Formats: sequence, C-alpha cells, structure tokens
Amino acid sequence: MRYGEVGYNLEIDLATGNIERVETDPKILETHLGGLGTSVKLHWDRVPANVGPFDDENMLIFSSGVLNATPAFSANRTVVTFMSPESGLLAYPMMGGFWSAELKYAGYDKVILNNKSPKWVYIWINNDKVELRDASHLVGKGALETQDAIRRELNQPNAQVAAIGPAGEHRCFTASIEQGRSSASRLGGGAVMGDKKVKAVAVRGSKDINLFDGEAFMKEMKEMMAYINFRNTNPIPDVMTILSGIGSPQEMVHTDESWHTENFMWGNARTRRRGFWDEKVAVEWPRGQLEGIKRLISCMNCPQHCGALISYRDTPRYMAKCFGKLTYAMAAYVDNMDFAWRALQRATEYGFDSFSTPQILAFAVELYEAGILTDKDFAAGPNYPACPSDNEGRFLWLMDRVAHREGIGDVLADGVYQAARRIGNGAEAFDHNTIKKHEQLPLKLGTLDPLYYLMYATNEKISITQIEGNWPQGAFPTMEQREKFVEDWPQLPDPSWKQWLLEWEPRGEKGIPFFPTADICSVIVDWMEMLHNIDDACCVCAGMSSFCLKPPYHIHNYPKIIRAATGLDVDEAGLKKIVNRSRNLHRALNNRRGMSRKDEKPPADHWKRRWPELEENLLSTYYKFKGWNDDGIPTRERLHELDLDYVADDLEQRGILKNG
Amino acid sequence: MAKIKKIVKTIKVDADKCNGCRGCEIVCSAFHSTPRYSGINPARSRIQIIRHPLKDIWLPVFAGEYTPAECMGRETYIIDGKEYDECTFCRATCPSRDIFKEPDSGLPLKCDMCEDDPPREKPMCVEWCLNEVLTYEEREEEVEESQEAQDVEIGLKAMMDKYGPDKIADALARMAQKGQQ
Repeated sequence: MRYGEVGYNLEIDLATGNIERVETDPKILETHLGGLGTSVKLHWDRVPANVGPFDDENMLIFSSGVLNATPAFSANRTVVTFMSPESGLLAYPMMGGFWSAELKYAGYDKVILNNKSPKWVYIWINNDKVELRDASHLVGKGALETQDAIRRELNQPNAQVAAIGPAGEHRCFTASIEQGRSSASRLGGGAVMGDKKVKAVAVRGSKDINLFDGEAFMKEMKEMMAYINFRNTNPIPDVMTILSGIGSPQEMVHTDESWHTENFMWGNARTRRRGFWDEKVAVEWPRGQLEGIKRLISCMNCPQHCGALISYRDTPRYMAKCFGKLTYAMAAYVDNMDFAWRALQRATEYGFDSFSTPQILAFAVELYEAGILTDKDFAAGPNYPACPSDNEGRFLWLMDRVAHREGIGDVLADGVYQAARRIGNGAEAFDHNTIKKHEQLPLKLGTLDPLYYLMYATNEKISITQIEGNWPQGAFPTMEQREKFVEDWPQLPDPSWKQWLLEWEPRGEKGIPFFPTADICSVIVDWMEMLHNIDDACCVCAGMSSFCLKPPYHIHNYPKIIRAATGLDVDEAGLKKIVNRSRNLHRALNNRRGMSRKDEKPPADHWKRRWPELEENLLSTYYKFKGWNDDGIPTRERLHELDLDYVADDLEQRGILKNG
Repeated sequence: MAKIKKIVKTIKVDADKCNGCRGCEIVCSAFHSTPRYSGINPARSRIQIIRHPLKDIWLPVFAGEYTPAECMGRETYIIDGKEYDECTFCRATCPSRDIFKEPDSGLPLKCDMCEDDPPREKPMCVEWCLNEVLTYEEREEEVEESQEAQDVEIGLKAMMDKYGPDKIADALARMAQKGQQ
C-alpha cells in the first residue's frame, strides 16, 4: 500500500487518445518525494533538450504533492510543469484551490499530457473513468465560464475544473490556467495547454488516501492548528501589514494599499507615485474594494481568507486573490478601483497572468507615446474598432487584441522581451523589467540588496514572490525590535543565525549592500529556496510556509509530517538532500537548455545604486556554496553527492559541464 | 411510556462565516476511518459543504436519517436572493442524490457527533473549523423512552431496501454455513 501519495499517474497521449493508468516506482518517493520533485525528474528523463514549447514532445504535467488530500493544512497546490514559451526553460507555476486534492481522490498523483490533440477536447476524470470529450462548443468561452459550463453539462457540481480562456487558445505567452479562485499563471502554461488543444481538465474523485501513521499525523496538525490560531490573533509587529500575518498576502482582507500603490511602480514598472494614497484615495479605494467583495474564501483545507468572490455592480461574478486587484489599474495609471475590478474580471475570463500581462499592455502604451508604435497599430481591424484614446478604454482595447492575437496584439502576446525584439526600432530599451525573458514585479529600488540580488538572479522560478519569504525583507531600525523578533523564532534552522538579524542595520557598514555578507547571504537564500522546494514537493501553499515570516510549516516539523503521511523515514538532513537533488536536477535541465551565468541578471534599473564587483562576488560565492561552477552549472562532485552521476555524464557529453 | 432525560446534541451552523475550505469533510472522514485517521476521503464524510461559489453558497450540511424513498415533492428555497437547489437543506440519505452514501457500497452515512469513548469534547468538524462556522451545543431534554435503531439495523434496512429481504436472508444463511465449516 502507498501512503500520502497515490502511486499512480494518468498518462494521456492526446494525438492518439490513448489513456493509461501507470503505477509509479515506490522508490521515487525516497529520491524525489513528489510534486515538483518527481515532475522535474519526468521532464529530465523524457523531454529532449531541444524540444520547444510548442513541439509535440513538450510534456504538460499537472501534479499534486505528497500532502494534498490529507488533513495537512493548506496542502492544496497543483504544480503545472512545461517548457515555457516565454523563457524557454522548465516552468512550474502553481495554483491553489481544490483540483489536486480531487485528483488524488480520483486515484492519481499526476496527469501527464503528451503530444497534441487534433481537435479541441476537454479531459474528464471521474475515478477510473477517463474521457477525452469534444470541446468545440467551449472554444472562445472565458476560463470561468468554461468551468461552470463543464460542471453543468456533466451534471457534476462538485467536479474541479482547470480551464484556459481565449488567451490560452491563442497561445499568448502569458496565458494562465484558471481554476475557481486560483490560477497557475506564470510563464505561459495556458499557451502550452492551448497548443495541445486541451480546453480544460475536469476531475472528480471518491477514493481513499492513506496515511502511514494517522495518529502521529493528527498530533502534528493539532499543534499546527494551535499555532495558526495564535498567529491569526498575534500579527508580527514592526513589519508592514501585508507581512504581519500568515497565508498568501491577505489582499482581499486588507484595504490599506498605501504601501503597494506608493512603493510599487505604475505603468510599465516606470513611475513611483509617492503621496498617492492621500486622504481622498484612502477613503475611496477601500470603499471600492469592499463594494466588490461578496465573501472571503479559501482553498482546500485552509483556514485563511486569501481569496474573494467578487460581485461588482454589473460585472459578471468572478473570484480573485492577491495583488491582481491592483496590477491593471496601476499599469494603466487609472486611479480607481472601479477599473481595477472590471479589468481583472475580463483578464480572468481571458485567462491571463495578472502580473505579466498588465506590464505588456503598459509597454505598448509607452511605445505609442514614444512614437515607436503609431496610430496604425491602434487602428480598427476587420472585427474590432479603433483604440479609444482614454487610459481605461485603451488598456481594455489592448487586452482584447492580445487575448485574440489581433493586429499589434499578435506581437504583444509574445511577452515584453520577445515583442520588443520583434518591434525593434528602439523598443528593446523599454524591456527594462524582465529576467530570463520573464516580466517581474514592478519594483524599482534604491540600494542593491544582496539577498534579493541572489534570489532574483538564480532561482529557477524567476518570480520573486515564490523565492523570498522566511527572512525579513529589511533590517529593523532598532535593536529592541530586532531582539523582539528573534526571541520567538523556532522556524530558523540554526539559532546562531539570529545574530545576523541582530547585527543587521538599515544602513551603514552593517547594512545593504555589504551586510549580510556574501557568505551569510548564501546560507539565508539557500534556506529560503530549500523551503520553497519542500513546499513544492508536498504542494503546501507557500503562504503557510516558505513565503511568510515565522510560518506554521518549517524545516523542523516538515520531516515529522512527511514521515507520518508517507512512511518515509526521513530526518531534516535527509529531506534537505531530497529537495536538493530535485533542485539541482532542475538547474541541470535548464543548463541543458542553454541557461547559465550570463542569464542570471536582475534588470539593470532594478536598483539605482549598483556595485558590479560586489554582485559578481555574491554570485560566485553563492555558486560555490551551491556546488555549482563559475558558469552556474552543478559540478560533478555536487551531482555525485546527490546520486545524479547520470546528470553529470549528460552535461559533460554535451560540453556544458567543462571545468566541473 | 416512561419519560427519560436525553442529551440533545446540536451543531449550530453560521454559514455566512464559511470560507469553503472543506477541512470539516477531511477530518470527518479521517475520524471515521479504521484504524482511526488512517484514511481520508471526503466522499465518506458525514458533513458536506454544498458549494455554488459564484452564487455565494457554501452551506455545511450534516448527514441525517436514511430514507428508502424520495419525497413526494421537492422544494427549493430563495433566501437573501440566493436560490438553493432542490433538497439543499435536507439531511437525509435518499435515492434522489448521491451524498451521504459510502462510495463503495452505497450504504448510508449518518453523523454520530463523533461518539467516542471517552467522549470527545466536541465533534471533529467543530474542533477543526477555525472560522467559527460550526458551534457545538448540548442541552438536556425530557423525552419519551424509545428504542433507537442501532447501526447494524440501519445498515441491514438499507441493504434490504436495495436487494430485497430474500437475498439478504440467503446471504446471511450462506455466511452462517461458511462460518460452521
């Protein structure tokens, strides 16, 4: 019997319609755990290095993790993996919601989609019965509309459906996969799904998931419950509101957005608007937010309220979470929540990543203002009117064009990096906020932060919100605050690290960019990344773990929870080794696809004050700490330690690993 | 008939507070698995969240009595502008819908308030709902003494309704014979 995991994957060949239930090797739990870990292994084993995002062989995997469908709080993520059309690398956006638990109850850990369907289909998984069903009547429908239409036609109100909207159908590089209030958004999974002509994957299950030691498991969860209750009533003092709690950022709960609106950049990551949150806005925006929110909601088995049902005036209802409530308004320079709610509704139905897409649209506006795009690009087309001249109308018009790849939208749909190069004529200079061809959060700051430098530069996620987390974002101004913060910090792997926080000053010799030192930064960044990797193998929401300060899940309780769930006899060192193995395999996979040190660069204007020598030293020190060579390739020694000699052989044969 | 004192156990449901997480379904199925907490399956849960997210409906409903026949008619409710599907508020295990039935056998499930020895302070679902949707209350009432159907009896009754008394009698006879061999 398998515990925690199901032990079966569903393999579908979309070209032939062949569907198989395949038992997985029980050993894989010991070597790669599950979730992202085992998915990376499948991509390494099966997808040749030269496969492009829209090639038949670009496998698309929907994966649960070892803790989904158990009583583990907030274990509700689905990790979607594929070669990204934007970055060309192995992407792994994740969504919360209810889908992955349902998949496990249906009897599968993963759904693996191979090749392409000749016609539009959706996949219906109902325990042992799995069908490819005609989806021609759903083409053109919104992502949320599609989910409801499928539930209705199957007469299955409790089926969980992950669907794409028109953006995915048209292979927009920032197309998301939407599911209820959640979405797997980053790096274009929706485009790969659309390329395979899969409109949706619906799932319903009524089978058991077994726990190895249920009593021990519930004991761990009971302790966690007490801590969650404690944290929900005792926010961390001296940090900004959004960081004081647990859960994904409680953007639907909090209405004071002075921090985001004044510190994040407006437009195409361009303008900081200090003083924006004045007396008038401080009344109007919270009122607009509350007017739109019908109810606060969560994902599977999570007590938090990160999401909301949005019911705003005459706008069709939808669900939202996180920072999406502000990204469109801020990118369009529209100063009201009315536009924010309306734009987000449209974007949700189109199935767009609400981090990248607003920047693409703002980028187009900038190019127009700079005369690089002209009235011709904004003229009427055969099926659509000319672009309105007001900010709101122009932004929605651009969104429509991108979603359908019409006119200039066809170019913009490839993302800022690619579009800038296709447009040329100086457009490249406006691509100032991408890393590895992927749009970043609209942040432009003053002094280089060494911790953030490493996170931005090196993580395979290429999305800071899922790299950072457990270490405070900045030094506390007073020693009293620092002492207060460290006195109750059991999540830290080693109590001696507290000293670094105590010494850390907002400025001066013991401040950024010189402190924490390169050596200390390496330890801290590696720790934060490792936690994310454990979360991603278990499919626990980072909001309850790696993404927040003093979280319920940490390196000290994770091994006990995993052991009670799966029976895997693992301690802290053993768990670290497993996720390190997967992490290095992921890096090697991306190295094999051409990624190396040359690509590990935050945007040039991310910080105003840069220290090129210090940055090179940071990177070299961190590479060394990770067991990577100067090019950012895992060394043979490192790979050998992790039982990945076959990876070292492969990289050497390809000439990628030279001085390892 | 004699009057006896009875503890009435109630779970008060404040549905407006429900964030729809379904943790109650998970822990209910865990508690009722054998060995305890060994298996999870919300389809076996004796509490189900009736969910229609876009209609703003998240309604926890507990499994009540088994009934072999559907009602003669159905009802729908509209409350605060929200239209609830037929039978939404009904707690019965009945042929008209597939909730509150064991997924393998189709046998009915019924909330037992997590009866345990020693008794629990409150049912699992109440304990694990961190949003105060569910509140457990007890009160004492005087009622007429009556014989309550036991678990085996309820199960057998359901089997008889499904297969007919003859088949059940045959099966029992066969099993008894095998037991003697």
